[in-house]
Amino acid sequence: MWSLSNIAANIDLWLNEQVGATWAVVLEMVIAGVAVIGLFATLGLVLVIMERKVSAWMQIRLGPNRVGPKGMFQSLADTLKLLVKEGMTPGGADKLLFNVAPFVAMIVAMLLLAPLAFAKDFQLWDLNIGVLYISAVSSISVISILMAGWASNNKYSLLGAMRSGAQIVSYELSAGLAVLAIVVLTGSLRISDIIQAQENGWWLFKGHIPAIIAFIIFIIAVTAETNRAPFDMAEAESELTAGFHTEYSGMKFALFFLAEYANVFIVCAIGATLFLGGWMPFHIGNWTAFNGVMDWIPSSIWFFGKTFALIFLIMWFRWTFPRLRIDQLLNLEWKYLLPISMFNLLLVTLIAIMGWHF
Amino acid sequence: MFLKKYIQDIWGAVKSLATGMKRTGYYFTHHKEIITQQYPDNRDTLVLPERFKGEVVMIHDENNEHACTGCTACELACPNATIKIITKFDVDAETGKKKKAIDTFVYHLELCTMCNLCVEACPTGAIKMAQTFEHSVFDRSQLTKTLNKPGSKIRAGVE
Ligand code: SF4
Ligand code: SF4
Repeated sequence: MWSLSNIAANIDLWLNEQVGATWAVVLEMVIAGVAVIGLFATLGLVLVIMERKVSAWMQIRLGPNRVGPKGMFQSLADTLKLLVKEGMTPGGADKLLFNVAPFVAMIVAMLLLAPLAFAKDFQLWDLNIGVLYISAVSSISVISILMAGWASNNKYSLLGAMRSGAQIVSYELSAGLAVLAIVVLTGSLRISDIIQAQENGWWLFKGHIPAIIAFIIFIIAVTAETNRAPFDMAEAESELTAGFHTEYSGMKFALFFLAEYANVFIVCAIGATLFLGGWMPFHIGNWTAFNGVMDWIPSSIWFFGKTFALIFLIMWFRWTFPRLRIDQLLNLEWKYLLPISMFNLLLVTLIAIMGWHF
Repeated sequence: MFLKKYIQDIWGAVKSLATGMKRTGYYFTHHKEIITQQYPDNRDTLVLPERFKGEVVMIHDENNEHACTGCTACELACPNATIKIITKFDVDAETGKKKKAIDTFVYHLELCTMCNLCVEACPTGAIKMAQTFEHSVFDRSQLTKTLNKPGSKIRAGVE
């Protein structure tokens, strides 16, 4: 049957026949790189128009409706505009850091794609510490924001960057603890093992209430980590103009913009993998007929469907909730999320040890 | 007790957030609620909300009579001197008494912020906010308007 893993295997076979093993590996890396860039470009376009439509409908507006059918090409037009704009560097800025920062943001997002399983047997790198790798690499993203804010030589940028630093450092903790809950249940850090463990049911359902609590905490924490409203302290356009990317324009700004959406996609993909079974179809006990129909839907559709459902949830948050103040933000993390997730982790451990999960 | 308050806090927060999400979720799925007016396209069928304020007008009835006594309360209430009331004295034909009355109600549309304070201040309800909004002109002086129509006079009985 047609599937992403089949295509990948065929390409691999063909390349090995044509150019030999060594060059095949090199070429495959290039192909993977191009595929990742292509994925990001499409994601950027799709997510931006999705966000604008979702926000418009939630605020009883129409949203973009002029370019293309129902305004669907609006983000293409925006990209074109950003491409031809001049990328300015302010006079007092630290030239090197200022120009490198957007690329760091993009590179972090790209690195995070490596351990994600997009479909059955379709993964760039199934390393044995996948979850650890994800939480380690994702914490680098704060550096790009700090770099941008510091190098801009602008008080708003610096304030935005500082806030973002405080925010990401704190929310990383509860995101990590929520992820740990699943690691404890599975007993493995490897992404493919975690997905395999959900063959007979997703962790969200199998892990009882503690898994649901962990899921909620995870969603809150990653919303904060991706700097999206209600936690968009780093941008806070009504207070800090645009926060850390105030001074950016043209394509360098677009890279930050793209990195934000890429990060949203990635954290939602991670959430879908850990809690909703990644590409695993939805199965109910031993309803064989129902399960057969579910199996028939390709695994990549399952993965992207779940991811986009989570993305929609995060957009829903953004267009419903007002922004938190910085002290409320830190209170929420240190007084509520962290104690709850620690207690929750204990509960999950108890469940895992006693084998109470299904 | 501390724990009880803590849990109550969380419960209250979750509940209020859920209420908000329910509202936006409702709007998301019910597109008939959309209030956007695609203005130049639907110029003929435009529906403006009731409270929309376009400019100040004076209410005249079919006999070309209005209710303005020339008391200048609106002029005093206006925060940016949009209104200038020029008064005159009417002489009563029978008793020969002089009475203050409006001569010209000068309204500078270019200065008006549509704050509605003048309408609130008027003791006789002589002025109101109209919904017209296509005010652009080529010369600024055209924005200075006289609100009382020529030949109009105060309605009998309005003090
Ligand atoms: S609406 Fe406000 S600004 Fe305009 S004339 Fe009345 S009081 Fe003055
Ligand atoms: S419009 Fe009303 S407030 Fe203004 S002068 Fe006339 S009666 Fe007085």
